[in-house]
Amino acid sequence: MAWNMAGADFAPASDRALLVSLGNRITPEAHLRVAALARRLAADPIPHVSNIHPAYCSVLLVFDPLRIDHEQVAEGVAERLEAAGGAPAAPRMVEIPVCYGGEFGPDLEAVAALHEMTPLRLVEIHSSAIYVAQFLGFAPGFAYLSGLADELATPRLDTPRAKVPAGSVAIAGKQAGVYPFETPGGWRVLGRTPLEVFRADRAPANLIGLDDRVRFRPITRRQFEEAVR
Amino acid sequence: MILVESAGLLTTVQDLGRPGYGEMGVSACGAGDPVALRIANTLVGNRPGAAALEMTMIGGRYRFDIATVAAVTGAECPVRLNGAPAPQWAAFEVPAGGMIEVAVATAGARMYLAAAGGIDVPLALGSASTHLTAGIGGLDGRALRKGDRLALGIAERPALWRALRRETLARLGARKTLRVTAAPQTAWFTDEQRALLVSSAYRVTQEVNRLGLRLDGAPLACPGASNMITEGAALGTVQVPAGGQPIILFVEQQTTGGYPKIANVIAADLPSVGQLRPGDEVRFEWVGFETARALLREQESLMAHGELFAE
Repeated sequence: MAWNMAGADFAPASDRALLVSLGNRITPEAHLRVAALARRLAADPIPHVSNIHPAYCSVLLVFDPLRIDHEQVAEGVAERLEAAGGAPAAPRMVEIPVCYGGEFGPDLEAVAALHEMTPLRLVEIHSSAIYVAQFLGFAPGFAYLSGLADELATPRLDTPRAKVPAGSVAIAGKQAGVYPFETPGGWRVLGRTPLEVFRADRAPANLIGLDDRVRFRPITRRQFEEAVR
Repeated sequence: MILVESAGLLTTVQDLGRPGYGEMGVSACGAGDPVALRIANTLVGNRPGAAALEMTMIGGRYRFDIATVAAVTGAECPVRLNGAPAPQWAAFEVPAGGMIEVAVATAGARMYLAAAGGIDVPLALGSASTHLTAGIGGLDGRALRKGDRLALGIAERPALWRALRRETLARLGARKTLRVTAAPQTAWFTDEQRALLVSSAYRVTQEVNRLGLRLDGAPLACPGASNMITEGAALGTVQVPAGGQPIILFVEQQTTGGYPKIANVIAADLPSVGQLRPGDEVRFEWVGFETARALLREQESLMAHGELFAE
């Protein structure tokens, strides 16, 4: 049971969730459609839809099945897809200070060696790109960032670490990310930010939001210590 | 005020959760067995979604500095008030200085202790629910420990001193056969694999928490798994990682996932998932979306006062 409407594929994900697919590959176009739909749903919510989970090229909508059904949610989405414009006027830019290497970036040297470059060069490449927050998932406030330079693409660790500290700035495959909390993780850790990635008593709670542009700025250990003080 | 004298295995403050933050990667969270939470609150005169204690397998000991009314629901377990047996699924008075002891669950996994006025903790993103991964909600975003103190809110309504109807409770009871509907990748699995899911018994492993439950049984194979693109995951989804042993995503789930999903537990049976414990045998049964909706409607009608309480 799946159907197409307004250029999107709809399929029930559960008895109270609908999956809207806006592409079947990870592409910038699919991301634009996801971000536009999420913005539209925030500005003009569908009644009885309680939650949305955006991803690379889809949005999951959770609803109250005693008030509304899959078809009605789909119709609400289709209306908003047709109303959703293209790219927003100016995406938000988030700058994230990072203290690279040392105990904060235990994988920096190994990743640099893997790509036959100096750690300094790696930092330069990593901090000169502008990343796009594709979506948030894995953990509260964790943004999957696209835009990592091809020359830095690195497979995950064979054995994930049991604990990756909060604020760790890491890469895996062609993606970048910042760990909001101490969690297990298999990404290669290059450095650490003194910023709090997720704080429930801050508005918004998340440092990086869906579709934000992100840039990393190298800082010294001293600047890091001053920032956390 | 509640003083925690012993916090059991894993005790957290829970309410009905915080929907609306999925875009930030924050799952809705909330009580693992919301039916039991709602009934406990109703008994003591609270609104159904007031904050209460969720205890896991081993209850703990809780001292009250003022006289109040409390109720314990959920998993079957001995309850004592100042050493004397106290009822489960009924409101009882607690004198000032009284101690409620919730022992080890004999069946089921999660007990709920509600007190008149509810537990008064600062809301995080609109909810008192403890989200352990994010470290938010409840008491400092963490599980309770010995020596913790929790404030109680002001009771808005008197407790209900009526008995719950046994037959209603029995119909609301936790199930070991979980009804499931199709999920986004159900069609990726062969007819044989979909039949295998419902013809086999699965054992709940030790790897069980509020994020998910790892099962052990007939392995399931998904031919197209490598084509999977990470997408939003619904609560109660039955996902199949490479090893083929299914995982049910639960209340503190990751909001997105990259494993194919063969099925999804229906909303009416999610409270039953909250009562599964390691070693339990579960089975699955396919139902359609209309049946799932009818079963939820039936469950909600059983939660109405007239059905819940005897005259």
